[in-house]
Amino acid sequence: MPSTDSPDVLIRGGTVVDETGSRPADVLIRDGAIAAVGPNLDAGDANAVTLDAAGCAVSPGLVDLHTHLREPGREEAETVETGSRAAALGGYTAVIAMPNTDPPIDSASVVRQVLDLGVTALCEVRVAGAITVGRAGTQLAPMAEMAALGVKLFTDDGTGVQDARLMRRALEYASALNVTLAQHCEDESLAAGGQMHEGEWSSRLGLPGTPAEAEELMVGRDLALCRLTGTPVHFLHLSTAGSIELVRQAKAAGLPVTAEAAPHHFTLTDADVAGYDPVFKVNPPLRTATDVAAVKAGLADGTLDAIATDHAPHPQEAKEAPFDQAPPGMVGLETALGLAITELALPIGAILALLSWQPARIAGLTGQHGSPLVEGAPANLCVIDPALTWLVEPSTMATKSRNCPYAGRKLTGRVRHTILRGEPVVIDGEAQR
Amino acid sequence: MTQPRHLLSITDLGAEGIQDVMRLTDSFVEVSERAIPKVPALRGKTVVSLFFEDSTRTRLSFETAAKRLSADTMNFSVSTSSVKKGESLRDTVETIEAMGVDAMVVRHSGAGVPWQVAAWSRGSSVINAGDGWHEHPTQALLDCYTIRQQRQSLEGLRIAIVGDIRHSRVARSDVLAFSALGASVTLVAPPTLLPPSLAGWPAEVSHDLDEVAPKCDVVYLLRLQRERMQEALLPSLREYTATYGLTRARARLLKDDALIMHPGPVNRGVEIAAEVADRPNSVITRQVANGVAVRMAVLFLLIGSGVDLAVH
Repeated sequence: MPSTDSPDVLIRGGTVVDETGSRPADVLIRDGAIAAVGPNLDAGDANAVTLDAAGCAVSPGLVDLHTHLREPGREEAETVETGSRAAALGGYTAVIAMPNTDPPIDSASVVRQVLDLGVTALCEVRVAGAITVGRAGTQLAPMAEMAALGVKLFTDDGTGVQDARLMRRALEYASALNVTLAQHCEDESLAAGGQMHEGEWSSRLGLPGTPAEAEELMVGRDLALCRLTGTPVHFLHLSTAGSIELVRQAKAAGLPVTAEAAPHHFTLTDADVAGYDPVFKVNPPLRTATDVAAVKAGLADGTLDAIATDHAPHPQEAKEAPFDQAPPGMVGLETALGLAITELALPIGAILALLSWQPARIAGLTGQHGSPLVEGAPANLCVIDPALTWLVEPSTMATKSRNCPYAGRKLTGRVRHTILRGEPVVIDGEAQR
Repeated sequence: MTQPRHLLSITDLGAEGIQDVMRLTDSFVEVSERAIPKVPALRGKTVVSLFFEDSTRTRLSFETAAKRLSADTMNFSVSTSSVKKGESLRDTVETIEAMGVDAMVVRHSGAGVPWQVAAWSRGSSVINAGDGWHEHPTQALLDCYTIRQQRQSLEGLRIAIVGDIRHSRVARSDVLAFSALGASVTLVAPPTLLPPSLAGWPAEVSHDLDEVAPKCDVVYLLRLQRERMQEALLPSLREYTATYGLTRARARLLKDDALIMHPGPVNRGVEIAAEVADRPNSVITRQVANGVAVRMAVLFLLIGSGVDLAVH
């Protein structure tokens, strides 16, 4: 909700980058909305906050399709508040909270609970609802009830819906609701027990592996179900060259599918598991260099529509277990943008497309987030210094958890300011509340 | 001779390190044959066994080795410990180390745990006594020593490792050790009991033991876990024995002087026929006997004073 008595904000000296292109311009924000975009703007108000954007890109705020905020139920790992602060520091103005909480987000009441917690958060918090009750894969969750509260994305993330007939029914049922079903693609019977990518490294390290085909089987199945039902499908965190090729072909054939990839799948490989540090355990697992190259190619050619963090906080003690007993997942909200700028050989506009307006569209947030910077648009923005070099230091992160695999890594590109509904929630890399 | 801090993988030693251990072992074999098989080499040192997985044989072998070197020994096993009360692995390791130990001998069902323990340890040495399907370096060292005892050297020998390679920490360490010492290794197993990838393994693969048996100098049989049938890796024990077991008939294909080895415990009648296990060329009990001397050598190498065995 726009705060009507807040001071004006002037973002001065930057280059506006949005879906329509890029141009040097100042941005004036008043009453939660963009009041003017143009050269040499004047604040016009003595109390106005001026944010320096020299050398920076001024962009629609980033949108994360895949965040585990852990609340309710796992508050020792993350809360809506701490997770949203991490998001704001990462340039996000909106995140989609995944439903694998305790209790899971599989009913209107839990949706309301999380949305209520999000009211005071440092970014907009939307939720993804579960496709099945308890994410158990046996009975449809009340999707219409949740959709009535604004839920646009449904998934059993953490697991895929294993039963093909149930998934078909879910797609058919959802087609009346103007929502998108998102799948964590993993055939459990083939993946069973896997602790890392199955291949050269799992064989050498003596860890049970999950073959790439466990993901590809379900991607293939869901493409068939998408064809059968005509309902859009979004593929979460695709990690294999084979999956990306399947989606590429499906898009060429005109199927209504979208797909995302996580930063760790274009920056790390299964060889990173060699030291047995469970910080490198994630699901889908880190794959081979060939898969990393395929993810990068998919992001470059439009096969993959979005970079999504799969931010998955875990308390330190959970990650100090034996590798095969540690939970999968890594934090990612505060490093995604830097990793994308550092590791992807793409222009800043293409990177922002993957991090902002394309995911905003998949999340059904267009008009609120990811929109071009024009007069009257909601002021959900971030200001990025694409040349700033910094070292990743997990102990200083805003997330409650420390399971970051990039400690000590040098990244280029960082968020300077984040503006949520006109309020500067991050100024010069510091959260304001 | 360099003094490594930990023994986690055979690759920590390399060919030269393995030879060092074997030379040291020679001295300790001699000690073990004395009327009073005990030397003061590790007097005042403390060795703790951290066994998160049952293993009477390996634990006793390390304990005997430590005692023969006059070290104090402590024993930590999961059934009697606070791990059952939910203490984390890291807390367990830090608590035990705080008591002042010089070496931790770690056995765990999870691959990689000795690496984690080594990363958390402040000053003590960590010895991998078997981690999941991954490695069992002291087993490989005693296997090398046993072969060397019979054949002087492993250089140029043909060694077949037969059975459940996929789930075997013994096989992973043996392949590395045997090949480092110049032997050529052939893995003989049904495809379901091989690792998904053998890229980078210094070994050949065969599915035909009858074809391999006449050519090898050593046939090393692995224990077959009975639960493999439930995982659809094998149709039946009977079929496994018929195709990959060292049956009496198949043993006749072996060279007269071919050594028969097994890390124990033996499933008589499954991977090896009872009579074959008892043949003169079977060195299975030799392996056990050498295990103590090899572990004495490893303990001495890691936490000994560093001076060259002035102990006898």
